[in-house]
Amino acid sequence: MRILTLPAAALIALAAAQANAQTTLTVYTAFEADDLQRFKEAFEASNPDIEIEWVRDSTGIITARLLAERDNPQADVVWGLAATSLLLMDSEGMLEAYAPAGLERLDPRFRDEADPPAWVGLDAWIAAICVNTVEAERHGLPMPASWEDLTDPVYENHVAMPNPNSSGTGFLDVSSWLQMFGEEGGWDYMDRLHQNIRYYTHSGSKPCRDAGRGEVSIGISFAFRGARSIAEGAPLELVLASEGVGWDMEAAAIVAGTDFQEEAERLMDFAISDEAMREYNVGYAVLAVPELAQPVEHYPENALEAMIDSDFLWAATNRERILSEWQERYDSKSEPQN
Amino acid sequence: MATVEAAYGAGATAPAKPIKSKLSRDDYSMRGLIVVIIVYLAFALILPLALVLTKSVQTYHFTLDQVEVEFFRDGAWVERATLADWVERSDYEVNHGLRASERTREQPAQIIPRGARQDIEQFRLRDLSPEKGLILHAGDLSDSDAWIEVDRREFARVQIRPARSYGLGNFDHYFATPALRVSIVNSLTIALITTGIVIPLAFAYAYGLTRTLMPLRPVFKTIAMVPILVPSLLPAIGLVYLFGNQGILTPLLMGESIYGPIGIVMASAFFAFPHAVLILLVALSVTDARLYEAATALRASPLRTFLTVTLPGARYGLISAFFVVFTLVITDFGVPKVVGGQYNVLALDIYRQVIGQQNFQMGAVVSMILLVPAIVAFTVDRMVTRRQVALLSARAVPYQPKPHRQRDLTFLGICSVVGLFILGILLMCQLAAVFQFWPYDLSLSLRNFAFNQMDGGGWASYGNSIRMALYTAFIGTFLIFFGAYLVEKGNGFTKGRSIFQLFAMMPMAVPGMVLGLAYIFFFNDPANPFNFLYGTMAILVICTITHLYTVSHLTAATALKQMDPEFEAVAASLKQPFWRTFSRVSMPVCLPAMSEIWIYLFVNAMTTVSAVVFLYSPSTTLASVAVLNMDDAGDIAPAAAMGMMIFYTNAGVRILHHIFANRVLGRTQAWRMR
Repeated sequence: MRILTLPAAALIALAAAQANAQTTLTVYTAFEADDLQRFKEAFEASNPDIEIEWVRDSTGIITARLLAERDNPQADVVWGLAATSLLLMDSEGMLEAYAPAGLERLDPRFRDEADPPAWVGLDAWIAAICVNTVEAERHGLPMPASWEDLTDPVYENHVAMPNPNSSGTGFLDVSSWLQMFGEEGGWDYMDRLHQNIRYYTHSGSKPCRDAGRGEVSIGISFAFRGARSIAEGAPLELVLASEGVGWDMEAAAIVAGTDFQEEAERLMDFAISDEAMREYNVGYAVLAVPELAQPVEHYPENALEAMIDSDFLWAATNRERILSEWQERYDSKSEPQN
Repeated sequence: MATVEAAYGAGATAPAKPIKSKLSRDDYSMRGLIVVIIVYLAFALILPLALVLTKSVQTYHFTLDQVEVEFFRDGAWVERATLADWVERSDYEVNHGLRASERTREQPAQIIPRGARQDIEQFRLRDLSPEKGLILHAGDLSDSDAWIEVDRREFARVQIRPARSYGLGNFDHYFATPALRVSIVNSLTIALITTGIVIPLAFAYAYGLTRTLMPLRPVFKTIAMVPILVPSLLPAIGLVYLFGNQGILTPLLMGESIYGPIGIVMASAFFAFPHAVLILLVALSVTDARLYEAATALRASPLRTFLTVTLPGARYGLISAFFVVFTLVITDFGVPKVVGGQYNVLALDIYRQVIGQQNFQMGAVVSMILLVPAIVAFTVDRMVTRRQVALLSARAVPYQPKPHRQRDLTFLGICSVVGLFILGILLMCQLAAVFQFWPYDLSLSLRNFAFNQMDGGGWASYGNSIRMALYTAFIGTFLIFFGAYLVEKGNGFTKGRSIFQLFAMMPMAVPGMVLGLAYIFFFNDPANPFNFLYGTMAILVICTITHLYTVSHLTAATALKQMDPEFEAVAASLKQPFWRTFSRVSMPVCLPAMSEIWIYLFVNAMTTVSAVVFLYSPSTTLASVAVLNMDDAGDIAPAAAMGMMIFYTNAGVRILHHIFANRVLGRTQAWRMR
């Protein structure tokens, strides 16, 4: 018996070693990993008594995780998750409404309309097409200008796109096509696009990174990642489709039932502060406080005009249905495409 | 009793029949300990899995006839009707005709056409269902049949949840949907082809290592273990670099794509190979030389000797290896995740259903289907075990191969080809990790090792992985070996031992993804007294030990089976308690097997992805999960770099282990040599 209690004792000792001195906020996020450290440092510099512990994953995964933990939430704050996901959480009663300082500066599109708002927007991330110029030349591909162009058979097997089930970028693509082309036209468009897709990826960044290293010629991704990849040396050109591009905003909210309400509110105040906006602006050109926005290197200039009039509530409430339908149509393809 | 009966049946020397009354105290403590380990496995495996089973039979459908709506018009509530009536009146298609899942919601504002409620400013709804909870308004569920009043604006936000019931509807749907069903065929195809390739190769390889005097045997043994040192994602990443769109060997595929069955089979064969070799090495390394002396004396041809002595001797190992490889491949999701393309397999379906669709019920259905191979494996294993003969009887003479130039060269050739394939994939990953920007900028750089700038938790996850692997290896080895000893060498108590065997076999076929999710359901429930484990390192260790239980158990059991039960009988006749036999005879004799289990647990804890991908917390991110997350984000070169870090760590530990094996085992196993 003595030997058998060893593992149990060791496990309990392990579990007990979780004590902490200063306040640690568990923050769930879908911010791009390359930005996390910067955001954390910026916040902790002005709030030295609070430490941020990130849990980062793709939008779909973090959303799934938050919903799976509905009855026993682990997160204190959600900072940097798609507004459509936060709308979903809000309807499940998982968010604590709070009006952060400086709320009045926000573009009205970038906040929950309730008062106080359940969530606030931070910046917009917008769909973009990443084209590898080296590969396009090698395969003799013309530069696409619109979503419609991508269905041209010349691009067969040259296009990668994120799976909307896991990727927030994939979902905003699909929901924007359904909003722009109508329910029927949208599915018809995706049927035709599907013929040219080489593979669907898990994350929204991957199509652009894969295009960057020539694994595919064209990646349907988002402008931030495209601009960042170009800066890293990828031979890419960014295209904003002429029909208009889907977008979603990165948003922040307090998770209901947190033990650290006061600290969570301070993080929310920071999340829409001028300082935070400048941090977002390093990668994102469109901000919740429009007058602070500065142009971003390699970022498409006409981003604001290209953004469609997105109906987030529609997207959130129909999310489940759109995803099932998408999965039924495209995800269960039996044969690989060659 | 199985082993004893087998020894009798095969005509081996009959052991002294145990005298029950003298042994009873020993028997009781062994039974007690068996029960303790069974309880551990019940909490770490069976109960969480039972929750998955429950989920698989949960079905959801909208019971709109249970929700009543009224309009406030001219100072009175009028037009009472259920939503089902409205559906009929407005010809509305509920949920666009799709099956409802737990997360599906309907909206009264969609069901009741705008035209019918143009002038209405106040609405009220009520929930008539006996279970309640159908109406979701402002984050609150309806908990009685009281009216809920809302204004026009709020009405648009009211949602209706589907009602839950239990039945086989999910399974019906699964088998009625060809797009889902096809994964079964795909998975079986991949697993069978891979097993068909791996088993003969692994057997030849293990034979070369144990039964020939080919040169460089220690080197080849090390090379064979290399794939075990890396996460299954890494060979897949290597294949993308070798055979992808920009790959250097892509022309070899003759136009076929690496994304699909070809890639899955190649990468699966790579990661499953050492598991087969490990089992076959144990099976082939213990044999009775007297059988070969007899064969030579009877002038049997080498082929005949092989067919009548070698193969039957390794039969148990072969069958174990077959099921281990088959189930490893069919339950792996790392490989199809990276190179699967649009070729769907069961393990990845679980991932997609659960993670993507958040459809836990359908994920549970696929998991249940994946459990079928485990039941088959268990049944066959039991049948074979009954016929197993103890090879290392008290009088056995260890086998020592004699020089044979042609044979040795043949096996050197086979092993070299396999070895080159293994090292080639690894080399490619190493190159990809140190190039600045493959394939456009081939200058050397350490950029890809700046993990703190990327997904997956950075360098901290690397440290966590090492801690987790050490805990898993030390706690796991002892627990698993001791358990195997109790179940193999105990007397009677067939019921308890059968349950134990069943429990010990199950983890192999339980996809890590399912185990991880089962753990969330089980441990994240605030009502569970073990809730405090959630989000800790401990849960990762428990999950990993449980996930890796089967192969370790089989390795221990195979080694123990080859020990004559006479050892126990003699000890019993000398009135020695079982723990003395265990610590003085079984453990020392099986020290090679135990040290193999330790290293197996360590390296697999370093490389496991699926089991822990849902369980890590911010303070316990892991290196292997970081590989997955970085690949997911398209940071494939840093993913390769982190994979190589895992490799170097595991290789370092493996070398230390090798030194340990040479020193300590050399001393304790000297009796095997003549």
